[in-house]
Amino acid sequence: MTEKIYTRDYYGKALVELGRERQDIVVLDADLSGSTRTSMFAREFPDRFFNVGVAEQNLMGISAGIASCGFTVFASSFAMFATGRPWDQIRNTISANKLNVKICATHAGITVGEDGASHQANEDIAIMRAIPNMRVIVPCDAYETYEAVKAISQIDGPFYLRMGRSKFPIISNRPSFEFGKGQVIEKGKDVCIVACGIMVSVALEALAMLREKGISATLVNMPTIKPIDKELLLELAEGHSLFITCEEHSIIGGLGSAVCEVLSEAKGVVVRRLGIPDTFGQSGDPDELMCHYGLTAENIVALATKG
Amino acid sequence: MFQLTKNVDILKEIARDVRALIIKMLAKAGSGHPGGSLSAVEILTTLYFSVMRHDPCNPSWPERDRFHLSKGHACPVLYAVLSKAGYFEERHLWTLRQLGSMLQGHADRKTPGVEMSTGSLGQGLSISLGMALASRVSKIPYRVYCLLGDGEIQEGNVWEAAMAAAHYNVGNLCAILDYNKFQIDGSVDEVMSIEPIEDKWKAFGWNTVVIDGHDINDLISAFEHAKEMKKKPTIIIARTVKGKGVSFMEHVVDFHGRAPSPEEERKALEEIFDND
Repeated sequence: MTEKIYTRDYYGKALVELGRERQDIVVLDADLSGSTRTSMFAREFPDRFFNVGVAEQNLMGISAGIASCGFTVFASSFAMFATGRPWDQIRNTISANKLNVKICATHAGITVGEDGASHQANEDIAIMRAIPNMRVIVPCDAYETYEAVKAISQIDGPFYLRMGRSKFPIISNRPSFEFGKGQVIEKGKDVCIVACGIMVSVALEALAMLREKGISATLVNMPTIKPIDKELLLELAEGHSLFITCEEHSIIGGLGSAVCEVLSEAKGVVVRRLGIPDTFGQSGDPDELMCHYGLTAENIVALATKG
Repeated sequence: MFQLTKNVDILKEIARDVRALIIKMLAKAGSGHPGGSLSAVEILTTLYFSVMRHDPCNPSWPERDRFHLSKGHACPVLYAVLSKAGYFEERHLWTLRQLGSMLQGHADRKTPGVEMSTGSLGQGLSISLGMALASRVSKIPYRVYCLLGDGEIQEGNVWEAAMAAAHYNVGNLCAILDYNKFQIDGSVDEVMSIEPIEDKWKAFGWNTVVIDGHDINDLISAFEHAKEMKKKPTIIIARTVKGKGVSFMEHVVDFHGRAPSPEEERKALEEIFDND
């Protein structure tokens, strides 16, 4: 049985370590510090932590102001409220000024579960990706989250890092996170599956099912959605004519779109996208919701085998 | 550090020159926002030439006092003051709003001395609060000044920041409200009244001072008074006149966002130097 761990636990752990290593780390939250795990940092470094209450626009503005004075700022909330409410603050203040603010959001996607549609950010990658200067990271498990948080703390400028609410299975044969790089987890020849976040584990299930059908698939974990690893995609397009993208995000504007933006200029390649349809989510058990919205290994197999 | 002065006559002279630069640069650009720039001339002149610790030769000096232009459309007054203080040569003013210019249509960090790009209203008080809190973390003492427009404070984000600034007891934050009574669509009272303005800020836990925003003596003493507040943010509610200093622009909503024609420029400059 694959081990499952909360990605946000490792976000909190990375923050605490960064706080110990560096005096320039400041963390902010908007009344969700227990859930996002910034509370771990807050306990150890109360003088470098600000809880601004339920006020995400203010969260981003204050983060921007602190970052402009030379600090590396981590700002957290749920993905819905970290990107939707303060989009203008993120665009016009954080990104336009290239400020060193790392927006690290948890509870993205439909695996939020029972809280329902208002809390299920399925558009966050799309709206963050569209902003100039913003870089977008979607780790596939807890360990990659830890590595990614450490990595982006070393890179100047704004980032959006997306985590889930539920426990993600650990991806065992994964290379270390490197900003801007996709990772070939399995090398096959018939079809190339590109996934991010929790869908990497689902794609691994699909790979096993495809193998039984005699289909050999390549699996790419793509933790950096922006800037997307164009070189890797074009290289893979030399050897694959069918790509399947898998994400726990709207079919509009996320990983699938980013991959298509590259591969639409490659010759003889078809891209099929698996994501959440253009609709609002609803309450339910996370696993049930994944099935309901079609984010299953069976559907990846179906996309890989349909004519 | 920049040599500051308390000599009101000198400050008035600088304010007059700043006013003239605003008119000339907007006339040259052919578009922009004269009304809300002219109303803030004395506020910025007093800050940059009499109050703030800053260094035009070293705009990123860590100990500098910060000025944040939350009402980013009033950038002509900021550009004129920065140029006058020596942050950049005056010739740049004549490139305002042109392709490739460092002087963008709304304040932009490309310009030496501009702390932050602004333009989307309502965000500046949060940003200024962040700068003020950063001083607490870094233990580098400085003050932060934030200029808000009266129409601007209709934005909800302003009140999130107002609540938080009082909660965090930031004494090194001073907001100035350029209360010139007009916004694009008409008078503030008609579009969306912000009254009772002083009560609102008091209720949010702020120290308030109401002054004539064109009286340099008033401004100097208000800024001095704000410095004495160690655990409370201050807002200086500066009663101003939109288009101040040019008779045909004063209280005229049309000049919120219209540049003077060459004829209007000539008349305006005449008045500015005659009134002196």
